Amino acid sequence: MGRFILKRVLLSIVTLFILSIIVFVCAQVLPGDVGRSILGPFADQKSVDALNEELGANDPLPVQYWDWISGVLTGDMGESRAFRQPVEDVIGPALVNSAKLALIAFIIVVPLAIAGGVWAALKEGSFRDRFVSIGGLSATAVPDFVWAVLLIIIFALTLGIFPSTATAPPGSGFFEQLWYLILPALCLVFVLFGYIARMARAGTIESLDADYTRTAVIKGLPQKTVVRRHVLRNSLLPTIAVVATQLGYLIGGLVVIELIFNYNGLGQALVEAAQQNDIPMLQSGILIVGVVYLVATLCADISYSVLNPRVRLGAEQ
Amino acid sequence: MSTSASGPDVAQAPATPATAPPADAERAAQRERLRLLVRSKTFIAGVIIVGIFVIFAIFGEALAPDDPFATDPLDDLAAPSGEHLFGTDRVGRDVLSRVIVGARDILIVSLTATLLGTVLGTALGLVTGYFRGPIDDILSRFIDAFLALPTVIIGILAIVALGTSKITVIIVIGLVFAPIIARTVRAAVLQEREMEYVAAAQLRNERTSYILFAEILPNVMGPVMVEFTVRLGYAIFTVATLSFLGFGIQPPTPDWGLQVFEHYGLISGGYWWPVLFPALAIAILVIGVNLIADGIAKAFER
Repeated sequence: MGRFILKRVLLSIVTLFILSIIVFVCAQVLPGDVGRSILGPFADQKSVDALNEELGANDPLPVQYWDWISGVLTGDMGESRAFRQPVEDVIGPALVNSAKLALIAFIIVVPLAIAGGVWAALKEGSFRDRFVSIGGLSATAVPDFVWAVLLIIIFALTLGIFPSTATAPPGSGFFEQLWYLILPALCLVFVLFGYIARMARAGTIESLDADYTRTAVIKGLPQKTVVRRHVLRNSLLPTIAVVATQLGYLIGGLVVIELIFNYNGLGQALVEAAQQNDIPMLQSGILIVGVVYLVATLCADISYSVLNPRVRLGAEQ
Repeated sequence: MSTSASGPDVAQAPATPATAPPADAERAAQRERLRLLVRSKTFIAGVIIVGIFVIFAIFGEALAPDDPFATDPLDDLAAPSGEHLFGTDRVGRDVLSRVIVGARDILIVSLTATLLGTVLGTALGLVTGYFRGPIDDILSRFIDAFLALPTVIIGILAIVALGTSKITVIIVIGLVFAPIIARTVRAAVLQEREMEYVAAAQLRNERTSYILFAEILPNVMGPVMVEFTVRLGYAIFTVATLSFLGFGIQPPTPDWGLQVFEHYGLISGGYWWPVLFPALAIAILVIGVNLIADGIAKAFER
């Protein structure tokens, strides 16, 4: 067990290292002349050279990489060009805001999707099963910004129930902030529902088919007890793993949702950085997205193996 | 599919399936799959939806009631009416015409990108699955690293680095999809490589490239097909999202994502039509592609 966890942690660190190199190459090496891109086409060559020297753009690439990555590890990510303040001061609060939105979406979607998936699976092939499966698939496939504008048109413009922005006026209380976040969270719920419901449905169908379920039925247990004690316990394991891996998607989805609802999160910060060629902000922000995703999948892997005796006691993959 | 083995003797001896060459069984399975597909209501619904958009893409201007590029400053943001069924946008262009012609770029870009990703990913999956060992380990790490980032974010990063153009979008999406497809193909190859026909080919001393592409590839085409249609749905999703963020197809092309981007700020002012109709077009097209994907996946599962 300890070896299993250690192996997963080490693999994640290797993956993270490769990820940092990919991000570094995309952000630093490909765009070419850094000083020129900051100062613009009309600056004279001397000041461009001077700026390049100052930013360390003339150093060998491994040195530049080391400067960046050691900075990230010690919490010094450089100066954001778009926001004109240290990158970590922008990313920190943005990350907290994104986490709030993601948390609300998760609290709504996880019970809803699991219930939907199990409900569909209990009558496999019926109308309600097709409805949940195809409806979930369609909801998941539609881009989040399409959901966002549809929900804004219906709930904010036509019905006037929810505000069309996610940022509550300063000084508003917890529940008012929550109210402002419901509509953007709903967009994420739509997109995530299909994935999670599908897993829950597949898991339930599989354990409904299993021998232990048949035994439970034959020995005369009421259907409710069979489902609760034998089916759900086994079917929800893979679902939990999927829920965690969806975190990675969630952050990508946040990019768009935050922009439409004008919400100060990590996604909006990244898009702004990209539009203004703010490389320090962009590369550190993207690396953090990767870290969040890898930590989430790692936790999912470990908790899955802790919960599942077959993985815990069985052969390591 | 290996057609070389099927000959007249197959037709003469249908009663002895044990000696029939595998090509025959393979063809029967294929016919069965096709029958399942045609019977599937979701698949047919998907084909009809996507078919309509393909017609829009091919005959765009001929079907559009108006010139999709003609601006009319005196008639901007006109609500839907008999004259403009979907209203006009902020510079007075007919929204319906732009929705019709807008099918073209998104279909071309996402199809090409998905093709690129499928070809690269299949090759990558064949190599990693067949060789395993260190090559597989190293490539798998890279695949994991890529998968740790949301597609849209990789897209933004690469487009900032390389500059915006349709070609960049195609290459970026293709490259991002390749490792994802590779993972599926690899899993299929891992099973196939243990089969006897692979061992036989190895004993015959066939070239590795022959074993990979002529022996194994035809047998993993099922997962590849499923993956292609599923990915096409994601490609449309991604192209639309990149356009919406301003990193994809550029104005004045009548692209749906771009149309939503240009007008979503006006929704709170009550101008919902230049946003609603292109948004619905994206939703319907993506759902159509996913219905097709669902049908194909179900047909190959059996």
